[in-house]
Amino acid sequence: MSGIRAYGAYIPRARLAKQAMVEANAWFDASLKSLGKGERAMCNWDEDSITMAVEAGRDCLQALGELAPSALYLASTTLPFLDRQNSVVVAEALNLTPGLRSMDVTGSQRAGSSALISLLERSWQGDDFGLLVASEHRRSKAGSRSEMLWGDGAAALAIGDDELIAELLGVETLAVDFVDHYRGEESEFNYDWEERWVRDEGFMKSVPAAVNRLLERCDSSSDLIKHFILPTEQARTPAAVAKRLGIDPAAVVDNQLTTVGVVGAAQSILLLIKALETASPGELVLLLGFGQGVDALLLRATERINDFKAVRGLSGSLARRREEQNYNKFLSFNNLVQRDVGKRGEVDKQTYLSGYNRRKDLLTGFLGGKCRECGTEQIPREKYCVNPDCQALDSQDKHSFANKTGTVATWTADRLTFDWNPPAYFGMVQFDGGGKLMMDFTEVEEGKLDSGSRVSVHFRVRQFDSQRGFRKYFWKAIPLEQASAEGEA
Amino acid sequence: MASGIKDKVVILGMGCSKFGERWDASPSDLMVEAFEECIQDAGIEREQIEAAWFGAGIDAFNVGSSAMPLAIALRLNYIPVTKVENMCATGTEAFRGAVYAVASGACDIALALGVEKLKDTGYGGLPQRTRGLENDMYWPNLSAPGAFAQLASGYRAKHHLNRDDLKRAMAHVSVKSHANGVKNPKAHLQREISEEQAIGAPYIAEPIGLFDCCGVSDGSACAIVTTPELARSLGKQDLVSVKALQLAVSNGTESSHDSWDGSYLKTTRIASQRAYDEAGIGKPREEITMTEVHDCFSITELVTMEDLQLADEGKGVNAVLDGNFDAEGSNPCQIDGGLKCFGHPIGASGLRMIYENYLQLQGRAGARQLDSPRMGLNHNLGGFPHQNICSISIVGPLN
Repeated sequence: MSGIRAYGAYIPRARLAKQAMVEANAWFDASLKSLGKGERAMCNWDEDSITMAVEAGRDCLQALGELAPSALYLASTTLPFLDRQNSVVVAEALNLTPGLRSMDVTGSQRAGSSALISLLERSWQGDDFGLLVASEHRRSKAGSRSEMLWGDGAAALAIGDDELIAELLGVETLAVDFVDHYRGEESEFNYDWEERWVRDEGFMKSVPAAVNRLLERCDSSSDLIKHFILPTEQARTPAAVAKRLGIDPAAVVDNQLTTVGVVGAAQSILLLIKALETASPGELVLLLGFGQGVDALLLRATERINDFKAVRGLSGSLARRREEQNYNKFLSFNNLVQRDVGKRGEVDKQTYLSGYNRRKDLLTGFLGGKCRECGTEQIPREKYCVNPDCQALDSQDKHSFANKTGTVATWTADRLTFDWNPPAYFGMVQFDGGGKLMMDFTEVEEGKLDSGSRVSVHFRVRQFDSQRGFRKYFWKAIPLEQASAEGEA
Repeated sequence: MASGIKDKVVILGMGCSKFGERWDASPSDLMVEAFEECIQDAGIEREQIEAAWFGAGIDAFNVGSSAMPLAIALRLNYIPVTKVENMCATGTEAFRGAVYAVASGACDIALALGVEKLKDTGYGGLPQRTRGLENDMYWPNLSAPGAFAQLASGYRAKHHLNRDDLKRAMAHVSVKSHANGVKNPKAHLQREISEEQAIGAPYIAEPIGLFDCCGVSDGSACAIVTTPELARSLGKQDLVSVKALQLAVSNGTESSHDSWDGSYLKTTRIASQRAYDEAGIGKPREEITMTEVHDCFSITELVTMEDLQLADEGKGVNAVLDGNFDAEGSNPCQIDGGLKCFGHPIGASGLRMIYENYLQLQGRAGARQLDSPRMGLNHNLGGFPHQNICSISIVGPLN
């Protein structure tokens, strides 16, 4: 029996007030006013599908006590690289073994549910498990309904055959080239067709067909479903489909249109986590994926669900938020407006791949060193130990700093240097247990950082090389709490 | 046992261009301007120069690499010329090369010249530039004020200072330098500012405001050095000799080892102590008459006063506000206006500082002349508080 062992989630902190979006765009499309309630999750300029995947993956692995998966599938339709396996970047940021089975699953809104099925159908034994991370950062045209209804985020599941919190009862799939929307290789944005047609000819026909076959195969019935997951930005469609299937309307898992927005191919996985956060043992979860057909999965929560402790999960991710009222920032961060970046922003940002490859342990894995002679922890790891009383040669074992916390020794908010979200915060972080590094900070709220602030470190975009279509990643410090800097001595 | 550099080499002549936004002048023009003053001051012919050291900091916006730009600009007679670059200590590095060459006996007369053309970038502040292939991959995109703002936060945390008190002392540092700069016709900025202006100026990198930053300008400075014997034989009197010439370069301890807390400049402490030892100075506060220090930012000067032992550790704010480093104070600092008013054409600054001390010691500093100066200390700091190069030179009358 295979199923879910653990889950993790990540929602960007910034939540853009939909009212701000309406105020900016209703002059052009008055119908947007009807979507003006609540907020949507919005990536910071330095977040993308890879960085969010790393966060969700860490959240999930930490809940498992740092066990290492033997497979990692990354599902997304917005992967930063079209030809460079994105899941391997995630794997190295998570410091997973190179023996890993990895792949990117993409090309459809079903990518998340299809990757889930694929991992569930693999044979797992004992501690062996696979990690699914679904992550999405979709771009949409300025002033579009999609912009109002979508959100950014990531979800992760550990899939195995032991210590399950939810077990798989059955799977059904349907492959139908129903083109409700598409994005061609030369397009920046999706092109979609009328909602009512998508509902009537798409959801209302293909979902019941797949679900009825699944229930029959599992010898189950629709009235037993306690959690019905149908990812869509169509607000009323899940309830309409549930009704047609005879599923209790109360079982419909809310698509979070006014808190996060629909997270593309990650939506089904994120909503599964939402269901698992409230599910009781024995309850049935019906999960659907929709896009050129249907994925339908029936799962049942086990007794272990009561004992599972998420580290952050979806509810923790939702709680950790920062309200954003500036729609212009959203446009800038999503490259929807040509911002004047100034001459300092023009500096060439080429990555020298052979040099990058030599430093990959540091850049992607955030690995430093620990000296075997004197025990000093240090980052970066150089040939000689940095301890002035030691300086031994080649004496350091690789040592991860990714899960360390630290204290801000020095800092500033730099308004001269180029940054996509000025001022640029950076400073010296003194890590607990030793080691320090001058590094960028992100997610800092003005006036709430000072020497002594506590930080954790996170994998983020460092720079975009728009000339060559590359992007650099590195780790940045984020204050654990946005402590007040008032009341100085 | 090495005997050090003290009194082995004297300054035969010096020159310094007008510093400022020299839209009119190319790097070559600036070099010639400094050199012409220098060689006339030295009273020798160009053909008597046997070797030269050329300091230039930022190749991309300046003269390009190699020593050829100096040889070509000055039409030097196919002598050995060495290009040096060591961040903001570049000017002093050129001087060190020339002085060491004379001290070694390899030549009798050597030239050191530094130049920088910073105003061809098209924007304010120092040029945005690479920090090397590997560093560029993970270093913060820090500006110079952003780098030195770190010192303010580290210093404030270490000594539990109120932010406003530190900001006021930083303002005083700049007010004092501007007051000095008014009296210097070669300074870029020649106007007084008030403490209120400095405190109220827009932020560049918290807590550094606009008036906490030195200017950005074009300029060149130049020295010709020789042996005491040769200088005397040329009829020179009131000789100014090199008492100490030291350099300390960070080895990564500050940036990667827990022992450094970010509140001071380790290299300055090490280099200055070595320089005091080399010059035979036991009581810096009594023996150092004047200092030209690397006031790239006001906080750098304030902390440097402690690192040079001219103020007690943690008491820099009081020493500054008490006026110890004002023109009338116990240890005048930046009597020429400093980087604050001259700006910081990187390759030239170290030599510009020595030029001021040289003039003061010879009683030729005009309206800003100090009463009976004895020892002048010059301090350059290149890089960032957590990784830097510090050069210290001390000059004084030849005994």
